[in-house]
Parts: sequence; structure tokens; C-alpha cells
Amino acid sequence: MGEAIVITSGKGGVGKTTTTANLGTALAILGKRVCLVDTDIGLRNLDVVLGLENRIIYDLVDVVEGRCTVQKALVKDKRFDNHLYLLPAAQTSDKSAVTPEQMKELVEQLKQEYDYVLIDCPAGIEQGYRNAVAGADEAIVVTTPEVSAVRDADRIIGLLEAEEHVKPPRLIINRIRSHMVKNGDMLDVDEIVMHLSIELLGIIADDENVIKASNRGEPIVLDPNSKASIAYRNIARRILGESVPLPPLEEEEKGLFSKIRKIFSLK
Amino acid sequence: MKGTKDGLTLHLDDRCSYEDLLKEIEERLVNQAGGIASNSPLVSVHLNMGNRYLTPEQEEEVRALIRRSKNLVVESIESNVVSKAEAKEWLRKAEIVTVSRIVRSGQVLHVEGDLLLIGDVNPGGMVIAGGNIFILGALRGIAHAGYGGNKEAVIAASVMKPMQLGIGDVMNRAPDYKTDERNEMECAYINEQNQIVVDRLQLLMHLRPNLTRLERRV
Repeated sequence: MGEAIVITSGKGGVGKTTTTANLGTALAILGKRVCLVDTDIGLRNLDVVLGLENRIIYDLVDVVEGRCTVQKALVKDKRFDNHLYLLPAAQTSDKSAVTPEQMKELVEQLKQEYDYVLIDCPAGIEQGYRNAVAGADEAIVVTTPEVSAVRDADRIIGLLEAEEHVKPPRLIINRIRSHMVKNGDMLDVDEIVMHLSIELLGIIADDENVIKASNRGEPIVLDPNSKASIAYRNIARRILGESVPLPPLEEEEKGLFSKIRKIFSLK
Repeated sequence: MKGTKDGLTLHLDDRCSYEDLLKEIEERLVNQAGGIASNSPLVSVHLNMGNRYLTPEQEEEVRALIRRSKNLVVESIESNVVSKAEAKEWLRKAEIVTVSRIVRSGQVLHVEGDLLLIGDVNPGGMVIAGGNIFILGALRGIAHAGYGGNKEAVIAASVMKPMQLGIGDVMNRAPDYKTDERNEMECAYINEQNQIVVDRLQLLMHLRPNLTRLERRV
């Protein structure tokens, strides 16, 4: 029986979909069977980031409405033989095409077959959010070091804490620019974590390569040398229960690099 | 029946039935009405019910009955007993409610009595209390103490960086500029000029000595 993790943020554009794609890929690399579910019905993106756009035949709404089986709708990512699958969102309907009960049932079904079901949540706190959270056992909140994103994260955490079937949410801080933090122009990690008071799962530095990789349809995790890739892999290992220490922020780049070099040289 | 400076006080038998009580009041007052000239000033009446509980409807009935004799007005009705519901209501308004959580953006925490919050109030979050508000963590959202009009209420927090403060019916907001002050261990209260003032926590014992009282006011 697998675990269902919803990846959410409240605010749009902080990197939910990128995070879902990369964590899913990282977990698949680590040998887990992973199914990604895009619940952003009407504005699907996850397929594009993964480079699976052209292979979609059926989608989530088709499954829920009984037009096909789940297995038929799942798109297999051939790069990770049998380890990574995507259940794409429909592009032609909207969020109200699915109810939270249907989502719960669907995720329950996927959990039987996969080790991890990662649910990419749409922005906002309306129906789309409720659908995404309905079947989740755990939640990861993504935020960026901006006051507005942290506000929305706070709101979402409040809503998640009210959901009894979801474990206390954990936090990923995305797009940190260490030089801006150093100059005091950006909220620092400690400040955000203290403010939101939830467990920090990881931090990801701002990296142009993430955008480049997304545009190519290859998650950044596939590039073992990028900072962001290493951060995502570390987060995936923390999800698996390994204790990978967080590097102190000041020496973030150096610390992260040397530590990972060590890891890779060991391999 | 006793006459005092402030009018009449009726001590009513609490052992007879309610019907008998009404009858007796009527007889007494009808007799009495003959004695008081109809143009004399209004006389206020205090009723002491002893160990009898009156429902609001019964109270209204008694008031109406007494009002019928022209120059008598019921000023107050007193009784040694209260209903359980009323007692619970008093307790609710007088007790300290301890809550351990973080009040996050978009959440509202409302208590009748005093609030002791073990945790923070984040920006966009709101705490409201009929009495005082004590926050062991940081207050970064909105706090409204003395909700319902109690101007004596205070707000205390380990870190006082609120968006807005309200005490009684006075509201105040944080300045638009950001300060580097630490704002640790502070309290907010209403001063003589009816303005909300934030000051050191240690001043509270002089400003609001009632906070110390062990038995809670009812």
C-alpha cells in the first residue's frame, strides 16, 4: 500500500508542478514505483514538464466518468522502465468535472499499485484544491521567499491542518537566491520556517537550468550536476525517511556541492 | 414589603406556588393602590424572589402585573437562584480559555472570556476575546480584546507585531513603515485619552491591578 502526497501552495507560480515532476522523477530514480496525478483540470502542465504531452490519450476525467480504466489512461515515462507513470488532467473540462469523493476513490486505487502517488494541486483554495487533498495522506507545501507566497502558504497550512486524514504538512522553499538573502533583500529560510512553524523538507536554489529543463520536457533531476537537481534528490530521500542534513544557508552552495560530490564519489 | 429611599422592596415567599404568588401580588397592590394617590411620582419596586427561579416569560408576567397599578415600576428582580445555562454562560465569560495552536492566515479564533494562546497569530489571522488576550508566542495578525465593549481589557504578547489591535470599540493599526524594534514582552491597553497604547508588559500590574485577582470576576 503506497502513500499519497499532495503538493500544494495556495499561490500560483511558485513551482508546484516543477516540484511534483522532479520529486516524482527522483523517487523513480531511487527505485520506487511512482504515479503522478495532475489535478489541475483545464490548465494541465505536468505532462508538458515531463515531456509526455504527445502521448496523452485518456485523462483523469475519462477515468472518473468511466470511459476507460485507470491503467489505460496512465502514461508511462519510458525513461524509467515501469517506475514512473502520469495520470494527466483533462484539458477540455474544468475543476467541477470531478468531486472529492471520486478523487479519493481514484487515489485509493492507485495506492494499491504504486509506492508513491504524487498529486499536483492547482493554485487556489477552491474545488480544485479540495479534489487534490481529498485522497492525500501527506502534504507538501511549496513556497518561495516572497511575502505573498508565504502568506498563502500559511493559509493553505491552516486548511491542511484542519483535514484529519492528512499528516502535518511539510515545507519546501523554492527559488532561493542566496545573494539576495545575504543582502537582506529576501526572506531567509529561518524566518520562513519560524513563521510557518512546520517541518522543513528542503530548500531549492533559484536556477535557470530548471526553466531550461522544463521547457525541454526533461525534469532537472535528470541532470546530476545541477544544484536544484541535488536539492530535489535530497528531498526525495528525506521523503523515503533517510535523514539527509540540510546545509546551512550561508554556505549553501559550497556545502551542498561538496556534500553531494561526496555522495556521488561514494557511488 | 418594605419601603426604602429608592422605593419599595417586595420580599416574596418562595415556597408558595407561582399562581398563588401572582394572586397575592395582585391583591396587595390593588389594596395598596388605593392608598397611593394616582398623581404621586413613580415609585420603583425591587423584587426579591428568594429561592425561586423565574423564567423570562414569568418575569415579564410579574412586571406587567405590577405595572398595571399606575405609579409602580419594577426596577429590578433579584433571585438567589440562576439556571444552569446562565451559570455556564457566566463561567464562559469569566474563565481563561487556553488554546494551543497557530492561528494562521484566514483563521479566526473567538472566545467569550480571556484567551491564553500558546502559539502565534500569523499575519491575516485573527483572535477575538470578550476579555483579555494573552499570547505566549508572536502576535503578527489581528487581535481584538474586550469584544463587546470592555475597555479595561488588555492584550499581551511575547512578540507584539500586530497588523491591527482592537480593545472594546477602539481599533488601531500598525504604522505603515517597518521598524526594527524587537517588540518583545509588550502589552496594549486603552489610556485615559481613549487611545490604544502599547508599552512594556511590566506596566500592566499597575495599570490593571484587577488582573491579579485570583477569584475571577463574574
